[in-house]
Amino acid sequence: MSTKTLEPSTDITPAAVEVHDVHKWYGANRVLDGVDLTVRPGEVTVILGPSGSGKSTLLRVINHLEKPEIGYVSVNGERIGVKRQGERLKELSERAILAQRSRIGFVFQNFNLFPHLTVLDNVAAAPVATGRLAKPEALELARELLGRVGLGEKTGAYPRQLSGGQQQRVAIARALALRPGVILFDEPTSALDPELVGEVLAVIKDLATSGTTLVIVTHEIGFAREVADRVVFIDGGKIVEQGPPHEVLGKPQHERTRDFLSKVL
Amino acid sequence: MSEPPGAAVSLAEAPPADEPPKPLTAQRVLPLRRPWRWIATAVVLVLAVQFVHGLATNPFYQWDRFGYWFLRPTILDGLLITLEVAAYSAVLGLLGGILLALARLSKSPVLRAVSWTYVWALRSIPLIVVLLFLYNFSALYRTLSVGVPFGPAFFSFDESKLATDMVVAVIGLSLNEAAYAAEVVRGGILSVDQGQHEAASALGLPKSYQFRRIVFPQALRSITPNYVNQLIGLIKSTSLVFYVSLLDLFGSAQTMGSTYPGDIVPLLLVVTVWYLILTSVVSVIQFYVERYYARGATRSLPPTPIQRLRTGLTDLRARIRREAAV
Repeated sequence: MSTKTLEPSTDITPAAVEVHDVHKWYGANRVLDGVDLTVRPGEVTVILGPSGSGKSTLLRVINHLEKPEIGYVSVNGERIGVKRQGERLKELSERAILAQRSRIGFVFQNFNLFPHLTVLDNVAAAPVATGRLAKPEALELARELLGRVGLGEKTGAYPRQLSGGQQQRVAIARALALRPGVILFDEPTSALDPELVGEVLAVIKDLATSGTTLVIVTHEIGFAREVADRVVFIDGGKIVEQGPPHEVLGKPQHERTRDFLSKVL
Repeated sequence: MSEPPGAAVSLAEAPPADEPPKPLTAQRVLPLRRPWRWIATAVVLVLAVQFVHGLATNPFYQWDRFGYWFLRPTILDGLLITLEVAAYSAVLGLLGGILLALARLSKSPVLRAVSWTYVWALRSIPLIVVLLFLYNFSALYRTLSVGVPFGPAFFSFDESKLATDMVVAVIGLSLNEAAYAAEVVRGGILSVDQGQHEAASALGLPKSYQFRRIVFPQALRSITPNYVNQLIGLIKSTSLVFYVSLLDLFGSAQTMGSTYPGDIVPLLLVVTVWYLILTSVVSVIQFYVERYYARGATRSLPPTPIQRLRTGLTDLRARIRREAAV
C-alpha cells in the first residue's frame, strides 16, 4: 500500500498533526473506528470520503470540538485536550483546551462569522481576546490579512452584507489572525454558489504554496489533484487508502475508492 | 377513422381560428373597490371622535382638578418612588435572570433543578403575596448572619433595621422579575446559532469573552422586546408596593383620594396619564436599543419613526395621485 512510503520514519521534527488510533462513537454509531494519520509540517492533506464517512468528525477531533472516546491527537508535538498522567490520559481544563485551539485554525462550511461585528472586528477579536496582541496591533494585522484575501475594501462591512465567497475569505483571515501552526478546513466551499468557489479555493491555494500546514475536507477533486501533497480516502470511519493525489485519484487501489471517484468525477 | 377520439374533442373546444382574442393594450390594472373597508373605517372614526368628545366634555372627569393634581409635589414624590423601585428592580431582576438562565443552561443537574424550581415557584406565587411575606420577614427571621453554613457567624444584622420599606419592595419585585427575566434570557441565548458557539471555541476565545462579546450581544436582539414587555409589566406592578406602606405614584393618589373623596376620578386620570408617559418613554428607548442590536443582523437598519413617517407621507401622496388619475 502506498501508505508505507509516506511514513516519516527518519524525520525527527514532530508531525504537524498526528492522529493516534482515534475511535469516536455516538451511542451505537461508530463514526471513527481506529484512525491513524500523520501530517508533516507544511504538508497539504485533502480528506475525501462519502457523506457520513466520518471525515468532518475526524477534522473536529483534531481541534477537540469533538472528544475521541479512545486515542488522542497531537498537534506540533502537543497532545490536544488531554495530558498523560502515569499510564492514563487525563482531560485538560477548559481554559487549557481553549489555549490549544487558538493555535489551530478552523474554517467552517457555514463560515460562522460573528454577525454583530464588522469584518475588521471579526478578524481582530481573537488575537485581542486571547491576550496575544494589543487592540491597535490586532487591527493592523486584521487589515493586512483582509488585504491578503482581497477584502481590504470591506473592513467596515458586516458579514451579512457580503457574498458567501467573501464571507468565507473573511473566515480564513480570521483563522490566520492567530498565526496557527495548522489550519483545518471543513468543506470550505460546500455552502457556496458555484461561481464563488474559485475565489475561496484561490486563497487556500495561496496558503498551500506559502508552506502552511493544511488539512482540508472537500469534494473538489480537481482542487485536491492540484494542491494536495497527500489525499486520504476515508469510509466507514476508517482510512481506506492514502497517498499522493496521482496515485489515490489516478490509480486507486481500493474498490471503495474507485466506486466513490466514479460517482463524483 | 384515422384520428383518435380525444383529438376530436380538444379540437371542438379550441376557439375558432378565424377570431383571435383581442390583444391587451398595455394599461394599468384597475384596483378592486372595497366599499366595506371604507364603511368600517367611517364607523370606527365616528366612535373614536365620540369617545374623545365624551372624555373632553363629560364633567364627571373634572379636568380642572386633573390639572390641579397632575404636577402636585405629593404626586411627583410618588412618581419618583415608582421610578426608583422600577429602576432598581429592573436591573437586579435582569441580573438575577441572567444568572438563573445560565444555571438553567448549565451542565450541572443541581443548578438546572434549582433554577427551574425557583422560576416555577416565583411564577406561581402572586407578587402581592411575595411582598407581604417579605414585609413580615423580620418577624420570621429576626437577624441575618453571614458565616459558615450551619456553623459560626461572622456578621449579624438586625433585620428590622436593614429592611426598610424600599428594600422590601425592591427585593420583592426583583425576586419576581428575575423569574420571568430568566426565561426571557434563556430564550435569547437559545436563539443564538450553535455555529457561533463553535466558532468562538474553535478560535480559543476565553469562556467569559464568548458569553459577553459573542453570544450575549446576539441574544440581546431577541431578549430586548421580550424584556421590555416584562419591564412595562414591572412598572405597573410597582403599584403593589402601596401594600408594603411605600407611597408610590398609585399610593400617593390613593391617599389623596381618601382625603379628597370628590377627586378620586381626576386622581385616577393623573395616575393613568403618568403610567402612559412612562410606558411611552420605555417604548421609545426600546426602539433605539433594538435598532442598536440589529447591527449586522439585517443588511440595513430599520428606519427611525421620522424616516418612516416621511416615506409614509410620500407613499400616501403618490397613492392619492394614482387614485385621482384613474
